[in-house]
Amino acid sequence: MAPVGSQWEHFAHGADIGVRGIGRTPAQAFEQAALALTAVITDPATVAANTPVDIACEAPDLELLLADWLNALVYEMQVRKMLFGRFEVSIDGTRLAARAWGEPVDIARHRPAVEVKGATYTQLAVRQLDDGRWLAQCVVDV
Amino acid sequence: MDISKLARRSDNEWVIEPDSDPRAQGMRVPGVIYATEALVREMDEKVYEQVANVAKLPGIVAASYAMPDAHWGYGFPIGGVAAFDPDEGGVVSAGGVGFDISCGVRCLLTGLKSADVEARKTLLADALYARIPAGVGSTGAIRLSSTEMDSMLAGGARWAVDRGYGSEADLERTEERGCMRGARPEAVSEHAKKRQRDEMGTLGSGNHYLEVQRVAQVYDERIARAFGLAVDDVVVSIHCGSRGLGHQIGTEFLKSMAVEAKQHGIALPDRELACAPLNSATGQSYLGAMRAAINCALANRQILTHLTRGVFADILPAARLPLLYDVSHNTCKVEEHVVDGRARKLYVHRKGATRAFGPGHPDLPAALREVGQPVLIGGSMGTCSYVLVGVDAPVERAFASACHGAGRSMSRHEATRRWQGRQVVDELAGRGVLIRSPSMRGVAEEAPGAYKDVTAVVDAADAAGLARKVARLDPIICIKG
Repeated sequence: MAPVGSQWEHFAHGADIGVRGIGRTPAQAFEQAALALTAVITDPATVAANTPVDIACEAPDLELLLADWLNALVYEMQVRKMLFGRFEVSIDGTRLAARAWGEPVDIARHRPAVEVKGATYTQLAVRQLDDGRWLAQCVVDV
Repeated sequence: MDISKLARRSDNEWVIEPDSDPRAQGMRVPGVIYATEALVREMDEKVYEQVANVAKLPGIVAASYAMPDAHWGYGFPIGGVAAFDPDEGGVVSAGGVGFDISCGVRCLLTGLKSADVEARKTLLADALYARIPAGVGSTGAIRLSSTEMDSMLAGGARWAVDRGYGSEADLERTEERGCMRGARPEAVSEHAKKRQRDEMGTLGSGNHYLEVQRVAQVYDERIARAFGLAVDDVVVSIHCGSRGLGHQIGTEFLKSMAVEAKQHGIALPDRELACAPLNSATGQSYLGAMRAAINCALANRQILTHLTRGVFADILPAARLPLLYDVSHNTCKVEEHVVDGRARKLYVHRKGATRAFGPGHPDLPAALREVGQPVLIGGSMGTCSYVLVGVDAPVERAFASACHGAGRSMSRHEATRRWQGRQVVDELAGRGVLIRSPSMRGVAEEAPGAYKDVTAVVDAADAAGLARKVARLDPIICIKG
């Protein structure tokens, strides 16, 4: 279940799709954005969080860090032929350390809709909302 | 798009004049959109903004162009064409090429008529679906060692043919004779290579497909004959690109170009326009890696061609599948173009635009030189595709470029709200089009209704003089990733 105050959603972009995470901290927003990324491909609830994969990235600012984080997941999904359903992120300045849990893609069960090619800088934003929560979003190319 | 912000040069040519609007401040050259009034009105305002932003980049030559299918892209519009001169501080842009480097279309003739296929249609659809790896998580039969990976990245379709996936004749009918020169495998990261290790000969997903099609209509008998096309002929079209390798290269260079832009004194109106001077280490490194990705896409389509031929040999052994042509629509290539009466070597970016060389162009194979280059326009699943030909224009338009496809008119989410995959498949089956896909949600997202009318786009390209219509191809079988 999502932590209190956190959620993910998609937003429309012409040919592609936007992923958006909202949480009480940037790290939580990044976790939710990752769930939104999985949801582009399949229902995250169908992904068993069995196998952990560690991910680390670093970028000059939080927005580029979000793109790096999502791109690292795209890379791991493709190279390992896995989908991820659970994420734990910690952010220290502009350094991110995370663990993603998932399982190998099962075509019959996950029925993956589309492959994500990469996270883009279109509509890329990481910012604090008026209610104090954090938003992390960008469009992903499919 | 608000047409009151545009100057109309002719029926199908619209101009954004520099400084004519706050968004047009700082444009170094005009923006030119080739489209009918109806298509321009349908375009997003973002296309205006992106065409104008591209015109602000250093070293841009002549104009920032948009094709009739232009839509909101990443920095550059999809359907954008722009050329840069290295001697005038010109740049190369990762966003101007796109994530799916050298995504493109190839079309194979079969020598069959639609009646020959009809009785074996289901068998053919099932066999193609079984043998062509498509969709998320699929892998090809080939595993590349690191030496073979570098050979593939340097050799392109030539590498594939040398290993038995096709013939010399295929290379004649592929842009760059199947091998993009100047590729630098050492400029491709280990991450990018790792993503490609088991992806050779895979179709991918999204709007990528393999279709068996019938020639439904011929508009130009002479050219169609030269292309080997007649009404009721069966052809096979393959739409895909450089897979994970190209995506990773796009991702990595987008970041390094965005981060370094300031060092190069480039003010980016939008981070997605990330670019580097052609005469810089990053610019040169990107060109080397991007050309390697072009080779990866050419090799990939060549292997898919080989797999397709294998399926036809089993199901319809009378068929021979020579290649009509292979075009790439996400590239940056060095080409010579005459600008203001002077021949110049320019770096032409085509993002969702097809090169369309006219008759007589020296880069065309002998068999096509007299008629011009085939321009292959992919449609959406279940609608139709087109074959056009490059034209002999007194003044070249958009550096000899044309449109590339229909372009979406609706988001994926909206499409899944409106249609169910099963219903789309059944409806198309009722019209004689067999769809095979691992994902019904994927089919719903790619429903024909979610795309613009490819016919309107092609008619506009024809009317604007970008390329001339030759034939329409209607689908019979569609393998979707």
